Amino acid sequence: MYKYDEYDHAMVAARVAEFSDQVKRRLAGEITEDQFKPLRLMNGLYLQLHAYMLRVAVPYGTLDSRQMRMLAHIARKYDRDYGHFTTRQNIQYNWIKLEDAPAILEDLASVEMHAIQTSGNCIRNISSDQWAGAAADEITDPRPWAELLRQWSSFHPEFSYLPRKFKIAVIAADEDRAAMRLHDIGIQIVEKDGQHGAAFYVGGGMGRTPMIAPLIKDFVPLDDMLSYAEACLRVYNRYGRRDNIYKARIKILIHELGADEYRRQVEEEFVHVKSLGIDPPKAEFDRIAAQFAPPPLDASAPDEIDRSDPDFAVWVDQNVAAHKLPGHAIVNISLKPVGGIPGDASSAQIDLMADLAEKYGHDELRVTHAQNIVLPHVRKADLYAIWQALDAAGLATPNLDLISDIIACPGLDYCSLANARSIPVAQKIATRFSDLGRQKELGELKLKISGCINACGHHHAGHIGILGVDRKGTENYQLLLGGSGAEDVSLGTITGPGFDEDGVVDAIERVTDKYLAERAEGERFVDTYRRIGMAPFKEAIYG
Amino acid sequence: MVERADNQSLPQAEGWHTDGEEPCVTLDAFLSQSNATAVRLEPDEDARALIPHLDRLALIEVAFPKFRDGRGYSSARILREAGYVGELRAQGDVLVDQIAYMKRCGFDTFAPEKDLNPADVEAALSRWPEHYQGAADGAVPIWKLRHG
Repeated sequence: MYKYDEYDHAMVAARVAEFSDQVKRRLAGEITEDQFKPLRLMNGLYLQLHAYMLRVAVPYGTLDSRQMRMLAHIARKYDRDYGHFTTRQNIQYNWIKLEDAPAILEDLASVEMHAIQTSGNCIRNISSDQWAGAAADEITDPRPWAELLRQWSSFHPEFSYLPRKFKIAVIAADEDRAAMRLHDIGIQIVEKDGQHGAAFYVGGGMGRTPMIAPLIKDFVPLDDMLSYAEACLRVYNRYGRRDNIYKARIKILIHELGADEYRRQVEEEFVHVKSLGIDPPKAEFDRIAAQFAPPPLDASAPDEIDRSDPDFAVWVDQNVAAHKLPGHAIVNISLKPVGGIPGDASSAQIDLMADLAEKYGHDELRVTHAQNIVLPHVRKADLYAIWQALDAAGLATPNLDLISDIIACPGLDYCSLANARSIPVAQKIATRFSDLGRQKELGELKLKISGCINACGHHHAGHIGILGVDRKGTENYQLLLGGSGAEDVSLGTITGPGFDEDGVVDAIERVTDKYLAERAEGERFVDTYRRIGMAPFKEAIYG
Repeated sequence: MVERADNQSLPQAEGWHTDGEEPCVTLDAFLSQSNATAVRLEPDEDARALIPHLDRLALIEVAFPKFRDGRGYSSARILREAGYVGELRAQGDVLVDQIAYMKRCGFDTFAPEKDLNPADVEAALSRWPEHYQGAADGAVPIWKLRHG
């Protein structure tokens, strides 16, 4: 894991001092809320329906146990004893007092964490593959590349007042576990002539105008990556629309210019930017990469798992993934118990996951964009002990990638932008499909719920998506089918007229029944949908 | 001509602009007359249009009608990257919490519409010990400090 050196510490400390000063001036009335807003947003502080919400950055979703325990501490001391893990691999706290924010940032800084650029019209936290460094299918660990980008984008003087927010994801496997092409910049580390480089996909995003990012450059050498990113951002900062907040994301600029014209402008800018010498030497990448060296794993660890406890075996089959090294496994901890709030964890649960990482997992944890937690490096021999501890804490729901592993935004229960509640719908769906046998029969089915058109719950990318809207003062839910945020990326299509809360749950049941009736051997829900199209499902829902 | 801000309350730091200078002309006016030495650039105007004329410019004023509009940061860097060494002024909705970034992008003078508190200005400009990335202020980026 990346460890701060004196420079990183000094930068975060300066930011804490700066924000403490800004809060002081705000509380004293020296700056207006309008002037304070972009400042607090760049420090992760939102004003929500009931209170301030603080979003803490978890760079590329990677944490150690000490940091995880600090997240529990903050929940306990400053919030209501729980935190909410987000689709950007961050954590947010919903009940924060403005005057506590500087103290929280100081606590975070003590464990090399911060809330820098988790909001605002700047480059946000860099996200990545939650299985980075452990996945059997990656060509390299993408996190050193992400850390290079994190440092370059932190306090970037030119790109802190962009037309709109800017999200970057970095992966290094063909299987996309980070919704890479639905980011403003999605980077896939690829290999060419024995060298690793970055493929740049630019202009993806969800929101009210979802777009899949086109490939802008198939191979940017490591030595040029920051210059290329700088060129991409400069063209956007200069020419991205600022007349309409809903058209200000880079996806709209690229859509209006066309990918070819955008690429031409970026290439021209790149030639100039490259001459400025802003790319660090290979030694800096090597310094960072050394800190992501694999933990000391024992290649001779036993590869067998004792499956004599049937409940344990069910969990292993669903929530444990292949590690690149024999005798090891990746544990996916579901934060989606039936009837729970997707992504929420109590401080006791957060502490427990930290304990397990420390004891069995080489002190590493990951947050996933599907709002779950991962222990990336555990011995297969320790799986049973881990499962027992998780089970006792209500953290062993064996539903990874099943219909009840729902992504949901906070919705109208918390969010000032929402039109409809997301959490109760998620709870009703999970309850309706609570029978695990039924869920497993349905197989991989990614269900994603947003409480408004801004799409924080990734509804466009759900195999089944739900969009909550306000229709003449009542909450109404539109149903979408056929989206995917993975390597088979696609955008969902609305089925037709929307439903009330119970109606949408009924409609999903008709859709899944139709799938079971129509599916061919080995087909997931989304495969069947792609083969037979919308019409049969529409007929099943409305017919 | 452009309305001038009242800078009486600004700190007497090096680089703060003084009265009695040549007024800025618009970009269009500048490009069509050869003798002006001061120009004002609006957010939607292309800083690169000035590049052939940098030698004869003593002042470029970059307008920030709204502090949230960050185009002027790119304009400033483009001008400095092209070798402009004259005065580069941020004018308009220029607030104390933006001036450190403005300075990094190459601005050397500030003409805020509303007075800034000198102590806050000094605190803002001395806040950051180092910088992660290279920009237009000549600061040595952290990666270079790490590797000599």
